[in-house]
This record gives sequence, structure tokens and C-alpha cells, in this order.
Amino acid sequence: MNLHTFAKQIRLLALELCFSKNTSHIGSAFSVADIVAVLYGDLLNISSSTRQHPDRDRLFYSKGHACTALYAALDLRGFFEPGALLRDFTSDGSYFTAHVNHHLPGVELSTGSLGHALGVACGVALAAKRKQQSYAVFAILSDGELDEGSNWEAILFAAHNQLDNINLIIDYNKLQSFGTVAEVMNLEPLKDKFHAFNWSVFEVNGHSITDLQEVLRTVKTTCSGQPKCIIAHTIKGKGVSFMENQLLWHYKSPKEIDYYAARAELEAS
Amino acid sequence: MRNTFISTLCSLATLHKNIFLLCGDLGFSVLEPFADQFPDRYLNVGIAEQNMTQVAVGLAFEGYNVFTYSIGNFPTLRCIEQIRYDVCYHEANVKIVAVGAGYAYGSQGVSHHTTEDLAILRSLPNMTVCSPSDPVEAKAAAYFMAEHKGPAYIRLNKTGEECIHDPTLDLHIAPGRLIEIQPGKDSAILATGTILSQVIEEVRQAGENWAVFSAPFIGGYDPIELIKLAMRFKNLYTIEEHQLNGGFGSSIIEALSDLYSNKKLNRMPYVHRIAIPNQFLSVSGSQHYLRTIAGLTVSNYFD
Repeated sequence: MNLHTFAKQIRLLALELCFSKNTSHIGSAFSVADIVAVLYGDLLNISSSTRQHPDRDRLFYSKGHACTALYAALDLRGFFEPGALLRDFTSDGSYFTAHVNHHLPGVELSTGSLGHALGVACGVALAAKRKQQSYAVFAILSDGELDEGSNWEAILFAAHNQLDNINLIIDYNKLQSFGTVAEVMNLEPLKDKFHAFNWSVFEVNGHSITDLQEVLRTVKTTCSGQPKCIIAHTIKGKGVSFMENQLLWHYKSPKEIDYYAARAELEAS
Repeated sequence: MRNTFISTLCSLATLHKNIFLLCGDLGFSVLEPFADQFPDRYLNVGIAEQNMTQVAVGLAFEGYNVFTYSIGNFPTLRCIEQIRYDVCYHEANVKIVAVGAGYAYGSQGVSHHTTEDLAILRSLPNMTVCSPSDPVEAKAAAYFMAEHKGPAYIRLNKTGEECIHDPTLDLHIAPGRLIEIQPGKDSAILATGTILSQVIEEVRQAGENWAVFSAPFIGGYDPIELIKLAMRFKNLYTIEEHQLNGGFGSSIIEALSDLYSNKKLNRMPYVHRIAIPNQFLSVSGSQHYLRTIAGLTVSNYFD
């Protein structure tokens, strides 16, 4: 699979969803799109036919508001009935809610309230240790949600229990609800914090497909007694020039003029 | 009753290989037998109840029947959103065990008074709420929970409770079912939790011919049983070691009122709710003392 193309398709489908259904958080979806593409296009041992297999890799998608990126990836990988996502997203009676819903095939955990997925991922990783199973556990968190205390409980827990089968990816786009992360609740020095909590820490350009592939392959195959944190430096709204680094696109849904301009940029990329 | 519950859980864990116990660094001198016998199915997660609940959900996803254990408000109210969203919404096989029901930790102060849990937990979809009255019901609760698949809450007192039921009997408890402790006429007392033994003693001392029932589960009452109860007794007195708002008594009124409104019941009994009058007790005191100043007594209602 060409992962550049896959990432582009994820962004185009996320754009289509946000535009056609008038929903928010497109900036967050674009920020995480390349990470999701590398995971579902390459790294994760999972497919629509193995989505309940005991040996499958588990992905816990904590930033449930950026649902369009995950839904798009799952749709493109054939997890959903063809056409259902575009038709039913946020429609009356549909499981395609605007925050991730576990009633959909391929979704391990419903998220939307921040700070929930890492602790659940720890439980799943602990179970793998106790039952001597070899699946990998991934969790994708936003940067803003590291404000939640529950995450730091889980961060302590994972290291103390040597859950080296946990791979935590932080989508560090440096923008949260009211402004920059630095202004609202500074996380720096983030790398040092994870080191101090006894995690292995990696930094990566969250928009370089090859760098992401390399680091994620490394962490997936490395089990050294420490849980692993991958700080992915990303850009909110990545891929559409007028959305990049713009807080507005945390909320705004694309109007017709935005939609066509964004689509043209993405298709040309 | 907490020791009875844990020792029963220990014996059940031999048979039920999926039972896993998590504690929030509380339960010293209580949980050791389980930890010693089943080290691969026990973990102290530290003083972190949000994470304890989330880890429980993850373990439950992988096939375990997970019991979380701590004191009163900590494994419940402290992490109520994890219970709502992660446990209940996902119908995870997680059992929350809280010790220190009501004023069992009376002298420890309001932090340790567990007096709003029933109202809050019974409002959650998919949650089964269990409130045993004595060690025999606590043992029966452990048996029920080992088999039950899905979210549940078990509210235990602490220690030193007398047995109301015959401990040699093989008691079975089930959601929606009340247990008739003693027969009587005209009036019946419905009690949940260990205040039941006090009620029995009050009735005995007063020489009243009142019926007494135990409610080991809150909510989901069998309608036929409730209709029978309403036909038999003109007055029902509910008593609980919990706030008045939304607790056990409220659950009985709701169920009866629904039956009456739907014309399944011809006559509403008078339901008198005895509960804590929606206030915190800031003073220190034994469980008995705090129950008394909260007005948790049926004696005022005798003729």
C-alpha cells in the first residue's frame, strides 16, 4: 500500500465528512492523519476479518473528537459496509457518532471524554503479560488531553508494571481548545517528563511517513521493560494551507468555498 | 462482612479462573489471602481510582471478571465518569467493591461517609447495585458476582456484623427480589444494608407485629412481588444508611408509582422513607451514634 496515498485519502474523506455533515475537529483529524495511515496501512496486525481475533494488535484512539480520521481509515480498509460512513455519519439512528463509538466494527473503545483510553490500554497490556500473549497495544492521545490527571495515573502505572507492550503516540500539534498548549497548560519539557516517569521516549516528525514507519516499527518490536512514548510533532490542520496551525479549525466546519479549496490542495499534494 | 466477601471470593477464584482483583492500596490485612493464593490475578494499582477502573475495563475486555476494591467514595464517586463511560457504556465485566457503607467509618469524617453512592450508581444504565445486610448476604453476593457478567457495585459495611440469616443455609440472592426476614401485619419495613439488624432489634423491643424485609439489591424490582407487598401492607417504611435523595426508598417509590400509574396496582401504600435528611454530618462519632443523630430509626413510627 502507498501510505502517502492512503494518508491523502484519509484527509479527503475526513474533509468530505466534516463538510457534508457540518461537523467540527477537522484540524485534529488532519494532524493525526499520517499517524493513522501508517498504523492501519502498515504497522497494525489487524483487518476487517481479524478485528476480533485474540492475537490482533489493539489500537486505543483516545482523541475521540478526531473521529473522522479513524473512521476514514477504517472505511478505506473495508471495516464498514461500503458507502455507509458517508451516508450515515452523525445521522439519526447511526452508530457513526461525532466521537468514536465502539459499536462500530474495528473500534476497540468509545472515546470522546479525554483521558480514558490510556488506562484501558494499560489493562489490556497487563492482560497480555499475565496471559503471555504477544499482541501490541497502541494508544493515540492528543497533547491537550495530557492535562487530564487520569493519564498521569496510567503513565505511572505502565512504567511501574513494566508494560513494555504499550506504545503511546502523542499527537503533539501544540494547539488545544483555547489556544496554544504552552499558553493553556504547558507540557514542556514533555520528553523529560516521560523519561522521569521511566518511559522510553522517541520523537518523530508526525507527518513524515518514512520516519513514522521507522520509529513505530522499532517500538513495536522492542520490549525492554519500559513502556514507550512516541512524541509525534504535528501541525494542526496539516495538508491544507489555510487550516494549518489555525485554532479556528478545531471548531469550524468547512463551508463550500473552504471545501473546494481544501480538496484542490489535498488532491494536488 | 468484608472478610466474608473476600474469603468467599478466594474460594470462588479457585473455580472461576477469570476472577481478577485490583485494589487501590486499601484493604491491608484483608486482601492478603487472595494476593497470596492468586498472585497472577491480583494487583495493587496504587492510590489511583480512575486508573484502577480503566485498567479493570481493559482486563475485562480480555476475558477477566474484575473486582476493584477500595473504601466508600474512592472506587465509586472519585471515578464516576470512568464507571459511567468505560464500565457501563461498554458493559464491561467489572465489579466495584466498596467497604465502609454509610457511617461504617463514622469517626473518620465526611470523606469516609459513603452516603450518596446508591443514588448515583443506580442511575447508571447496565449497573447492578448490591447492598448486602449481613455476612450471609455478602457471601451470597460473592457467589452471584462470580457468575454475573456485566457491571455491578457491591456496597459492604466493614466488620463485626452479626448474621441475620442462618449461616448454615445456602442463601441465594437475585436482583429485584426482596427477602422476608419476619412476617407481620399492616406495616412492613424494607431495609437495605446492615441497618437491617438494628431494625429487627427495634421491632422486637417494641413488641410490634411488623413485617421486615431485606433488599440486597437496589432497583429492578420484580413487579409481581411489589404488587403483593402493596396489597399486603398499608404502610411501607424504607430505611437506608444513605441520603434521602435518590436512594433505596426513592427506588421503591418510583417502582410502586410506575405500577400505580400503569394501573397494575389499584392502591398506593403509604411509603415512609427513613434516610439521612440530605446533609453532611461534620462531627465525629461511632456508626451507631451517627445513625442516631441522622434519625435513622424506625421507633418513631411505632404506635
